[in-house]
Amino acid sequence: MTTTATTAAAATPTAAERKKAAGHGEGNPGKAGWATKLVLVILCLLWIVPIFGTFVTSFRPLDDANSTGWWQVFTKPSMLGNLTLDNYSNAIDGSNMGNALINSLAIALPATFIPILVAAFAAYAFTFMEFWGRDFLFLTIVSLLVVPNYVAFVPLLKVYRDLNLNGTFAAVWLAHIGFGMSLAIYILRNYMATLPKTVIESAKIDGASHYQTFFKLILPMSVPALASFAIFQFLWVWNDLLVALLFIGPGENEPVTIGLTHLKQQLGQGWELTTAGAFITMLVPVAVFLALQRFFIRGLTAGAVKG
Amino acid sequence: MLGKALTALVTVLIGIGGALAVYYLLNKIAELMPERWEARIKPYLYILPAFLAITLYLIYPAVLTVINSFKDRFSREWVGTENYTELLSSPAFRDTLFNTLLWILIVPAVTVVLGLVVATLADRLQPTGEKLAKTIIFLPMAISMVGAATIWRFVYYAAPAGQEQIGLQNALLGVFGKDPVAWLQQSQFHLNSLLLMVVLLWSQIGFSMVLLSAAVKGVPVDTLEAARIDGASERQIFFRVVVPQIKGTIITVFITVTIGVMKIFDIVYVMTNGNFNTNVLGNEFFNQFATNFNSGAAAAIVVMLMVAVVPIMWYQVRHFKAEEANA
Repeated sequence: MTTTATTAAAATPTAAERKKAAGHGEGNPGKAGWATKLVLVILCLLWIVPIFGTFVTSFRPLDDANSTGWWQVFTKPSMLGNLTLDNYSNAIDGSNMGNALINSLAIALPATFIPILVAAFAAYAFTFMEFWGRDFLFLTIVSLLVVPNYVAFVPLLKVYRDLNLNGTFAAVWLAHIGFGMSLAIYILRNYMATLPKTVIESAKIDGASHYQTFFKLILPMSVPALASFAIFQFLWVWNDLLVALLFIGPGENEPVTIGLTHLKQQLGQGWELTTAGAFITMLVPVAVFLALQRFFIRGLTAGAVKG
Repeated sequence: MLGKALTALVTVLIGIGGALAVYYLLNKIAELMPERWEARIKPYLYILPAFLAITLYLIYPAVLTVINSFKDRFSREWVGTENYTELLSSPAFRDTLFNTLLWILIVPAVTVVLGLVVATLADRLQPTGEKLAKTIIFLPMAISMVGAATIWRFVYYAAPAGQEQIGLQNALLGVFGKDPVAWLQQSQFHLNSLLLMVVLLWSQIGFSMVLLSAAVKGVPVDTLEAARIDGASERQIFFRVVVPQIKGTIITVFITVTIGVMKIFDIVYVMTNGNFNTNVLGNEFFNQFATNFNSGAAAAIVVMLMVAVVPIMWYQVRHFKAEEANA
């Protein structure tokens, strides 16, 4: 709970972040004995070897991959020469993964942006506006945080069928907006509550409307929280299989997760394409993740130490 | 493919533009009102779209799901509690429940403990080493469960005995001259379920590590030094000084992972589809709904999940109220 206290007390969240890092962050670096280092090296190897093996396999021809372990690439030099990019080109052109990649982007970008906008407006109202029923409504959000999205599937499919929405991008966008909403409001509201109230008051005195204050002041100040939720939601939507299976299903608009499942289900000759397919699906989220890791971690800790 | 990309781009722009336009209009509506009303109405207009989404996608369907769970497979006739009794009296479903319970009992606890171990150990490395180790452990979080299943297939895969093994575990067994094992079909002691859990642990421990690491670093140094001066051992300091101070984060991680595990679907669906006694509620829901077309049974399964979540919900609300009172 120390983190919460620091954040709340400090003038601005960024300053709090810096203070925290300088305060206790450097507790005991370099104190690791050989046992600690050994354990960590083993753990890291356990974590990375499965990924690495799949990565190597994704460049191997089918016969090689079916008959020998991926590690033999390093023991038998002849196999090194067999490595090829064919799996990637076949997965992209031959089995629709290229198409699925575009679909995934078309699903994940709005399904990330729209809930953030919607939640930010609601979080602003919950933090900076007075209205009847505010606390009760926010408690409703808190209690809905843990409701599994399974509750929505059966009834929604019927609604979608009546509206002819099944299989469209909008069907999944709307679903992800609904499912991500309570967490988004919760994280953003908790963050906005740490922003200095004086800034908002002086904006009001200067004659700024709520709409202006929101877009010109609060939104830019909340970028760290917005970014962290954005990454969270983007990874979640990109990697989602269940919602996509139910509301879009296989076909023209399928995202990469469904595409990869198909590759896996073509038994016998699927191997070499599934590995390439897996890396095609991973490319975007891993890039996003590595590039924005710092934001992601900051957001996770800010939101979670609280709840 | 270019045409497809363009269509997708236009759809994306319409979706995002539409969302922005909604707020612009809502704000305009509020501004058209007399000043006194504008201030009163505006907060409700700002939260309106959010609550519409929540009502439409959580509250309304939750109510309908409870109702449907007492109706037949087409949600037409009332059947009383038949969906529940039929499910609960089937041995296969009881196994499914038991497997889900195993996941709930094992995964969150192991995630917290291993996450804390990695966080504490990595904390002792030089900053570069710490960052590298954490990135590696955290990386699988960005990988979808379908991708993870592909990756782990090369660990568990079993070729028939006599052939060369291309799965890591069986290749290792081969080194010791043992016969290959079809890992995902071994249901004695739920070994195959445990192996599926390993995949989830592999992808989740990074999340737990990141949160707990931040919490460990947030423990004030003077409390540690005071304990050291009093002659406490490092182990005592860890369990009696550090752990109590990060209890809040531990509970958060535990709850988050528990909820995720209750809903677990992708790993099981892709790796075994619930065969060999590895079925879990999430996968059974999908089977009942999308394969058996039995809306009644599917809804009953969801209601069971909802009931299981109620205590957590109650805890969350109580915890939130306490936090707000302190703030």
